[in-house]
Amino acid sequence: MSRLTQVFADLQSDKRRALIPYVVAGDPSPEGTVSLLHSLVDAGADILELGVPFSDPMSEGPVIQKGHERALGNGMSLQRVLGMVAEFRKDNDRTPIVMMGYANPIERFGYEAFAAASAEAGVDGLITVDLPPEEVDAIDGALKAVGLDNIFLISPTTPEPRVQKIVERARGFIYYVAVKGVTGSAQLDTDEVARSVSLIREKTALPIAVGFGIKDATSASAVAASADAVVVGSALIAEMEQKAHSAEDLEEIQIHGAAVQLLQSIRAGVDSSPS
Amino acid sequence: MTSEVTPELFASVPDQDGRFGRFGGKFVAETLMSALADLEQLYARLKDDAAFQREFDEDLAHYVGRPSPLYEASRLSDAIGGARILLKREDLNHTGAHKVNNTIGQALLAKYMGKKRVIAETGAGQHGVASATVAARLGLDCHVFMGEEDIRRQALNVYRMKLLGAQVVSVTSGSRTLKDAMNEAMRDWVTNVDDTFYIIGTVAGPHPYPMLVRDFQSVIGREARAQSLAQYGKLPDALVACVGGGSNAIGLFHPFLQDESVAMYGVEAGGKGLETGEHAAPLSVGSPGVLHGNRTYLMQDDDGQILETHSVSAGLDYPGVGPEHAWLKDIGRVQYVAANDDEALAAFHRLTRVEGIMPALETAHAMAHAEKLAASMTPDQHIVVNLSGRGDKDILTVAALDGIEV
Repeated sequence: MSRLTQVFADLQSDKRRALIPYVVAGDPSPEGTVSLLHSLVDAGADILELGVPFSDPMSEGPVIQKGHERALGNGMSLQRVLGMVAEFRKDNDRTPIVMMGYANPIERFGYEAFAAASAEAGVDGLITVDLPPEEVDAIDGALKAVGLDNIFLISPTTPEPRVQKIVERARGFIYYVAVKGVTGSAQLDTDEVARSVSLIREKTALPIAVGFGIKDATSASAVAASADAVVVGSALIAEMEQKAHSAEDLEEIQIHGAAVQLLQSIRAGVDSSPS
Repeated sequence: MTSEVTPELFASVPDQDGRFGRFGGKFVAETLMSALADLEQLYARLKDDAAFQREFDEDLAHYVGRPSPLYEASRLSDAIGGARILLKREDLNHTGAHKVNNTIGQALLAKYMGKKRVIAETGAGQHGVASATVAARLGLDCHVFMGEEDIRRQALNVYRMKLLGAQVVSVTSGSRTLKDAMNEAMRDWVTNVDDTFYIIGTVAGPHPYPMLVRDFQSVIGREARAQSLAQYGKLPDALVACVGGGSNAIGLFHPFLQDESVAMYGVEAGGKGLETGEHAAPLSVGSPGVLHGNRTYLMQDDDGQILETHSVSAGLDYPGVGPEHAWLKDIGRVQYVAANDDEALAAFHRLTRVEGIMPALETAHAMAHAEKLAASMTPDQHIVVNLSGRGDKDILTVAALDGIEV
């Protein structure tokens, strides 16, 4: 059983919802990323979503864009992201890691080489924002061959027949994009999310994660009422950014602490959600 | 490429998935897929719709001022002493460049779709001005995304857009130029997809944009072909156009692709020289990758990160290129070359002084190559250069490069 399947099975038997934090690999620093990931797990993360820095992150709002820019400024590359996953796996063989990024760095790496290196490093799934089902064939075959899950996005604009087409080839879980917009957008409509999630649920037994626009315990709790998993990204990065600017000479662990604290409160929100 | 180059081949692209051979496609976030499908369906219906085509043609005739002349640059040709250089005068269009051919077409599509808001990205500002112009004419709300660096370089066009009622949004992410403006326009489109039409200014982006921008710009080549036959009784021997994203070039080239005797040259921005790395010439020295919704040649590093580009002309300062150009390069139908900043600047001055025509700095790249090419040909041969835009917008840049304070 894959790590992702195991985690969702365990959560289901405990009647709990998954919490998935997103951070950008190499932000705020490459040296700190692995320890940040461990801290996020300690704070209640069930699955980790690791952003692969890209020069042109077209679906990201300003907060995550800056994270990508900082990470690239710190000399990050796809190869180094894979190294971080391998490093994390030395101490944690249980928490699934899903990488989220854009097609070009992977294409440059080579789809088969990338799939092999990801499996070797201990990656469990991949979300590639700009590889919709129409463009995914080449990489999907490579991922399948090494047992990695390709995770598809469904958005509020996805028409129903297309939802069917997407869930038929989806593995791992479904990622429902809760807002029309970029990451970190403000206008989350939880009633709409609930309607869409139940519509997707009619078509698939896969777990459904919801992300984009969830920023605190309240919004996480509202989304967790319908979703199997809640993704939070921009809010964590914004929190670390704010902390970093709040004082001179902070230890990186203090900056991480800001994200950890927010994640803990979101964990409580998710767990308090009526199921 | 394995497919044989036949006349039919050129009419077969893009295929139904928006592919030009291995290039093109729809590499965008899921949120945009249904908007692209809607646009594709609408365009498939309107493309051969007589009423739509009549409206487009009438706008081109009475609002843009088409057809644009095919003018023989006699003094310049005499001075070079080789092939005769003919200029397709897109600089004489309303708003001063070829860009308006496309914005007229896309604004009509927006109107048919009932969209009240249009957005556009711009580098040199010509596409932004052309978009703001058609938006003013149709009473549409218009936002133009422009890199902070380009806003500085193209102050006159920024003010023109504001006069036309558009909001110019300064883009401060990444390299603060055209590619970042396009990222930001995509982000806006994802957010406002229900009421917004994205007017892409070049033959790049996700399918169906490279196809429909090509179709709207192909009026350039259709006219040039007919004018050449009418004025000289023969087809030209060569075509030359500058290539940033590549819309003016594809517009000139496309109607000639099946004419085997016509050689074609796309001229990229060589910047400070291809060997310096400071240029914007993905077809000359780049490699295939995925950016802004399509697979094409890109300037990128070994990790697949997009590189910053350099060109004296903001309109060519782009790390990618339209996927049809990538395909035309691979099958060998078009030759892609580069002209560097200095060569373009010299060509700018020469055309201004010898013919009284001040070209845009983008266009000056095409002129620089056309001069070299003409010198290697004979006086009975003809070269058609797409004089894609006028240079008024660039005079402050030129003055600064020449060390003159205006």
